[in-house]
Amino acid sequence: MHDMSAHAAEHHAPTGFISKHVFSLDHKVIGKQYYGMALAAVLIGMVLSWLMRIHLAWTNYPIPGLHLLSANGAPGNVMTPEYYLQLMTMHATIMVFFVLTTAPFAAFGNYFLPIQVGAEDMPFPHFNMMSFWVTFSGFLVLVSSFFVSDGPTLGGWTQYAPLSAIGPASGPGQGTGVVLWAISIALFCVGQLLGSLNFITTTLDMRTKGMSMWRLPLSAWAWFITSVMGLTAFAVLMPACILLILDHVAGTSFFVPSGLVLNDQLQPHSGGSTLLWQHLFWFFGHPEVYIAIVPGLGIVSHVLITNMRRPMLSHRVLVYAMGSLAVLSYMVYGHHMFVSGMNPVSSLAFSFPTLIITIPSTIVVLIWMGSIYGSKLRINTASLFALGFVSMFISGGVSGFFLAQPSIDIMLHATYFVVGHFHLVMAVAAIFGIFAGTYFWFPKMFGRMMDETLGKVHFWLTFVGAYCIFMPFHYLGIAGNVRRYQAFVDDYLQPLIPLHRFITIAALLTGLAQLIFLYNLFHSRFWGKPATDNPWEATSLEWSTPTTPPPHNNFGDKLPEVFHDPYQYGVQGSTGDYVMQTSPEKVNSANDEA
Amino acid sequence: MAKFFAVTIIVIAIVSAIPIIRHTWDPPADISTHGGMIDEQMSETMAEAGISFLASQILLALFIWKFSSWRPGDKIKTFPGGAKALVWAAFLLVGTEVLALGVFGVKAWATVYLTPPSANAIPVQVQAGQFAFYFRYPGPDGTFGPLHPDLISEANENFFGLDTTHDADSKDDIVTAEMAIPVNKEIHLLMHAKDVGHSFYVPALRVQQDFVPGLDLSLHFTATQIGKYEIVCTQLCGLGHYNMKAYLEVMSQDDFDNWLKKEAALQ
Amino acid sequence: MATTVPEPPKIEERRDPPRVISDSGNGGRGTLAPAGGDFRAVKDYAPPPSSTGIWVVLASITMSFAAFTSALIVRQGSSLDWRHLSLPRILYFNTLLLLASSFTLEVGRRQVGSYMSGRKAGIAHPARWLYITLFLGLLFVAGQYAAWLQLRAEGLFLATNPSSSFFYVLTAAHALHLLGGLGGLTRVIRRFNRSILRKSTLDATSHYWHFMDALWVYLLVLLWIKL
Repeated sequence: MHDMSAHAAEHHAPTGFISKHVFSLDHKVIGKQYYGMALAAVLIGMVLSWLMRIHLAWTNYPIPGLHLLSANGAPGNVMTPEYYLQLMTMHATIMVFFVLTTAPFAAFGNYFLPIQVGAEDMPFPHFNMMSFWVTFSGFLVLVSSFFVSDGPTLGGWTQYAPLSAIGPASGPGQGTGVVLWAISIALFCVGQLLGSLNFITTTLDMRTKGMSMWRLPLSAWAWFITSVMGLTAFAVLMPACILLILDHVAGTSFFVPSGLVLNDQLQPHSGGSTLLWQHLFWFFGHPEVYIAIVPGLGIVSHVLITNMRRPMLSHRVLVYAMGSLAVLSYMVYGHHMFVSGMNPVSSLAFSFPTLIITIPSTIVVLIWMGSIYGSKLRINTASLFALGFVSMFISGGVSGFFLAQPSIDIMLHATYFVVGHFHLVMAVAAIFGIFAGTYFWFPKMFGRMMDETLGKVHFWLTFVGAYCIFMPFHYLGIAGNVRRYQAFVDDYLQPLIPLHRFITIAALLTGLAQLIFLYNLFHSRFWGKPATDNPWEATSLEWSTPTTPPPHNNFGDKLPEVFHDPYQYGVQGSTGDYVMQTSPEKVNSANDEA
Repeated sequence: MAKFFAVTIIVIAIVSAIPIIRHTWDPPADISTHGGMIDEQMSETMAEAGISFLASQILLALFIWKFSSWRPGDKIKTFPGGAKALVWAAFLLVGTEVLALGVFGVKAWATVYLTPPSANAIPVQVQAGQFAFYFRYPGPDGTFGPLHPDLISEANENFFGLDTTHDADSKDDIVTAEMAIPVNKEIHLLMHAKDVGHSFYVPALRVQQDFVPGLDLSLHFTATQIGKYEIVCTQLCGLGHYNMKAYLEVMSQDDFDNWLKKEAALQ
Repeated sequence: MATTVPEPPKIEERRDPPRVISDSGNGGRGTLAPAGGDFRAVKDYAPPPSSTGIWVVLASITMSFAAFTSALIVRQGSSLDWRHLSLPRILYFNTLLLLASSFTLEVGRRQVGSYMSGRKAGIAHPARWLYITLFLGLLFVAGQYAAWLQLRAEGLFLATNPSSSFFYVLTAAHALHLLGGLGGLTRVIRRFNRSILRKSTLDATSHYWHFMDALWVYLLVLLWIKL
């Protein structure tokens, strides 16, 4: 038994339903809980998006059954303007926080990071369990805002002051709804900080014998870099939410200046700074979107390598690129504020790092493509989603060229161009990363294979469907279509309505296609083909666990010892064209072109 | 399946590019003096972005096509130049491209935001409030009277909170629900927010700027074509955000003078 | 007394067999291992996670207070309604209490450490100074509350003025984190009494406490300058 002074707090395999499945200290259970929560969240978020898209395409038409969701929000089943904004705010908040920050990072990271470093568990399992339950309670608080009398907040996931800070006078949902939103997000921040604590200490202190930092798989690096970002980003959002709550309930004026008149009533606040909220929010907000994508970069790299049967052209360059993205992400946040009234010189200052951040993103894509070159590319559902991610990341990244320039932002700010850009990188690329991870790691998590045919059908419909939905957003934006409108009444927007209808139909069909994934997920869980320990012939530590799914302490009696770099593919190994990290055999590379 | 995937990527890339190339959905024609620089910036960016987009999607597709058909005995090949070549490529190509865009774009931005309005620009004040824009012209005395937020009353149509009884400067101020400006004359637009954040966007004029409660912001521009255009709000301001707009009429100098006289009589 | 500080494991001299340089990736540069095959980078001895963990925690707390600080600076500059307030005198006394508690914590830490490692078996009450620290910490929190009462008596409430708003927010945030430190200290004392205290836990809790001390001094200076 390898004696290590760093070890997870001893916890024996639990007995009893509650300690096994509910309040579990096991990182694998916590990972699955996060995945389950993210799944519930994405379904809710997706349904909200359907309601939004239907309303945009056929604005005054009744949507059957909508009044059941909210009698105030949809009298006679016709969505009111405020209800559209409330649904929009909830859609975005749920998706950004409870799907994109949880699934790629908290779900897969919690499950696989300890295994990939060769540990029994994370060092602070109680904090880890708290991390999930605090996050989940944040989710419940957010969803509860649907059920208060005035409904959820309508201020967008960005909750700009003073709309968010003044109180009920500024609109429906702006009373209790805002407070619930802020409490939910504050809870979320605490949960994620606890998670970051575990991720960082696991990566730095829990690596097994022979596992140096450079021998970590790229997914582990991505989770590590993301958790460092989370540490600083969430720690800034939480104070901001606290100050917002105080402005709401305690009569302070952090964000509300004097002299504001709503409904002919002079508001009692004075002296606050509207832009202060924007600075605090976006200082968090920009790293947040990198928190949403960097795990995807790691997962996609990991899945691609296994399916290319060769390591990346340069492992270190990818790590440095992900690290640079993380560092630069703090210097660019002002690009959300180019026309916000902030000093125009600051706008120029922020635009340069924003343009420069293109470089590490390009490096990542070029390394991926350069690694596909000359490889032995295997096509299965996981690799299809990984390759699809590459295509989507290119598309979403390219639209960033426009938005990084303040002069062009004059035309494109707050239009559908922005919405198209962030949906391609987040709603599509990041989700593709989640799908790739799911199809790839499902066998290890549940001991069964997902159905490949259903998976491929799911992929095709989603890939084509997502482009049909989000590519047109860019055209709308170029034409000047403003975002966050519940209807298009302006003269110059009338010719664009047919395009909106096309998008809505594409969205509904693509949404339906996700049912195939859901069915596949649940059916395979119980009746899928039994999986071997290493169905993809992969090298990293998760594929060397003694059982599948892994036992409670991941590796059984003996922690593994690592002898190799993480991606020894294209070599002559005893098991095939690969050598696992835990295999003591020598690497013999007679397989290469000199 | 890999080949089909490759073809799909190429088809999607080309189909996506078609509306751009054919200018199917373009912004309205530029009616401003500074807009040319912005449009040029946009075209250059579109060209570079478009080429990058098409080249990388097609390359990805080609690689997927080629390297998914292999036999068990094939050897793994290294990309010529390896990672080093690709990193250099990223720095040189992308680096120069984006810096060029950034550097050349400074002028377009500076013209709008870093140059002061000329001394004889016509001052117009716009106030944004849930959910309408109101405009104020200073009248013959050339000065705007002070604003008193406590006097604002929609019911009395005192949108700006003017005290015409006590403030001499307010007496001749002209408040309107539409904005009219003379063509080819520079306008200095003073922006005031009544309640929450709003934004002023006229696509044809190539201007967009947020209203910030508590901050005195301004824009200046010159319209070059007579016509009627829409001013729309682009900062989420509440349930009426989608409907918050006003008309901007660009008129000849004579028509503008007449209009202003008519509006003054209505005060 | 059983020692709870584990011995560092012996670092085995492990030399891997010479590798055939693999050209299958990595830009042709072979493995990620150093050329000589020596794995000095490999941590066969890793630090206890709580010592890394505590820095993680302190980093995020620093970021939060940095956010509050920037909010204060921006808010003060954004309008003319800032009215300076004079800090309640008891704050200075509280500061002395907290500084004293850091001192007593260090004494306690050394005593407990010597006791646990068996160097000084004869200490009568090794945890006494930890109890004193706990008491001083509680006194500090009570003193902060007294400061709040004093402000209230002057008519300065949370929403009265931005300066008072920040006073309450910053002192409350600090006090809440300090209560967390008190909880940690209590946990240390209980574990010591049950003989299951790890040195790393004691060290991590002490770092946290000293950080709270330093943070308070920073906040005091900030409040004094700005408020």
